[in-house]
Amino acid sequence: MTTAIRVRGLTKSYGDLRAVDGVSFDVVEGEVLAILGPNGAGKTTTVEILEGHRTRDGGDVSVLGTDPGRGGRPFRDRIGIVLQAAGVDRELSTREALELYGAAYSTPRSIDELIELVELTDKADDRIVSLSGGQRRRVDLALGLIGNPELIFLDEPTTGFDPRARRRSWDVISNLTSLGRTIVLTTHYLDEAEYLADRVAVMAKGRIVADGTPAELRRSVQSDTKIAFDLPRLDEPLVELFDPLIGQGRGRGHRVEFLTPAPTADLAHVTSWAMQRGIELDGLTVESADLEDVYLSLVGEDEDSEDSGRADG
Amino acid sequence: MDNSLGASRVSLVVRHIRAQNRIFWRVPIGAFFALFLPVMMLVLFVALFGSDTYTTEYGEVSRAQFYTPALAVFAVASATFTNLAINLSIRRDEGILRRVRGTPLPPWIYLAGVIGSAVYMALLGTVAVVTLGVVAYGVNIELTKLPAMLVALVLGATAFATWGVALAALTRTAAAAPAVANAVILPLAFVSNVFVSFEGEAPAWLLLVGDTFPLRHFVISFGEAMSPFSEAPAFLPERLGVLVAWTVVGALVALRKFRWEPAVGASSARGRRGNSR
Repeated sequence: MTTAIRVRGLTKSYGDLRAVDGVSFDVVEGEVLAILGPNGAGKTTTVEILEGHRTRDGGDVSVLGTDPGRGGRPFRDRIGIVLQAAGVDRELSTREALELYGAAYSTPRSIDELIELVELTDKADDRIVSLSGGQRRRVDLALGLIGNPELIFLDEPTTGFDPRARRRSWDVISNLTSLGRTIVLTTHYLDEAEYLADRVAVMAKGRIVADGTPAELRRSVQSDTKIAFDLPRLDEPLVELFDPLIGQGRGRGHRVEFLTPAPTADLAHVTSWAMQRGIELDGLTVESADLEDVYLSLVGEDEDSEDSGRADG
Repeated sequence: MDNSLGASRVSLVVRHIRAQNRIFWRVPIGAFFALFLPVMMLVLFVALFGSDTYTTEYGEVSRAQFYTPALAVFAVASATFTNLAINLSIRRDEGILRRVRGTPLPPWIYLAGVIGSAVYMALLGTVAVVTLGVVAYGVNIELTKLPAMLVALVLGATAFATWGVALAALTRTAAAAPAVANAVILPLAFVSNVFVSFEGEAPAWLLLVGDTFPLRHFVISFGEAMSPFSEAPAFLPERLGVLVAWTVVGALVALRKFRWEPAVGASSARGRRGNSR
């Protein structure tokens, strides 16, 4: 298989913030890679560097055999970009915008087919300004595909969608993958990554913390067990509870949840800690972890507290 | 060069000018300020001041003879300077310029489309005002001085289009652009013989301000070419030279300062989407 994208040791800082901190990965032709992570993880910066929209501070990047920083027009003729925040001349209709932007590509797709693909046939001649948010996002998608690209970048393609609109966009994107296109998408929805991607790279704080197929990620966590319980009081020093644990503990209010590869030892520690203090652990559960649990433990809970940057499926 | 990619550059520029023209007509506000307002002002000023005469640089003339070239020039300034400053900063804030940079379309072609359309509207505005002046008010126009009119028009439109781009480059967000553009052009119009003529009566410093900026030179160059007293070919090389000088400076500012990316925090609600569900 041919490598479409090769990234080694990529770094990018904004002032003191290391937005991308030594990222390496490959994408082979025809593969769909999802870069999954909370807001601020560095996903968009990474993708913008691959697109040639942003310069990098360090590392090697090759996209379709080209350095995207100096790809120029021939490079952009081969890629399609659906940015998170890119406007379009909204007084034009979808058809007019596709005609206008399509003219710059060497092998544009058929406009009628594309309008059908993104399910805007009824709205093709309406001004873009009159379309709903989800419909406009599909106009974005169509504009990203008009050049018949070998490689497509989708930056958070369904953020802000209602569940039905998301499902529809997923179907459209799935159709693309069946055409053998290489796709790199960023998302902070776990279910989206699982549904669309062949491979998922989990990103947090500028680093890739896990990389594999959804099944591999699932297997890696199936060996883990989730232990959860409520603490009736919060006046005890929790250091003695959390420090000796083999698994990663985290608490939210009275609720404590953690994943552990050694459930017997950790459970014994937790129960003896509680018994020594005469504490009853309400709602104590021991169950096998799911993908969402491992995702949350990988990216760290504090990352996404300010908004709903978490899979909620 | 990579001419194999898509359509030729010339046809792409034409395509983009036409698309921007279409957008112009679909947003009535730009059309109002660039085309309708100067025509309306000509009708109003002539109705208000009747058949009085004005003493100008180029002699004693009727009100209509004074206002027709002045408002034609004002239409050009609105269509190029004001509209470009506003439209380009909006297109930057909305991320349209950013999108263009991710496509094989050379970004300058998109800019050429926006600028070309503005110049086209400036010509339309000029034709509308001059036609009204000639047909309705008997304003003087002479074939032998037509080249001087055209040269003044082209050099003036170029200067103001350049400064429209430069102002968009200097303005951080689209929200500020209309205020800044109007704060520049309206006071300037008052000291540049657009609304009033004050040869001789005005304080010297006001004349100096007027003579420093390009608008007054543009108005007088165009007015001279329409004046019944001027001798053909009626070129005013020094004033035209000032327009060229301003164009050069504006072009340098635009080239050095123009940004394609929205300023941080400038993206509109339609840009970065919220997570409301």
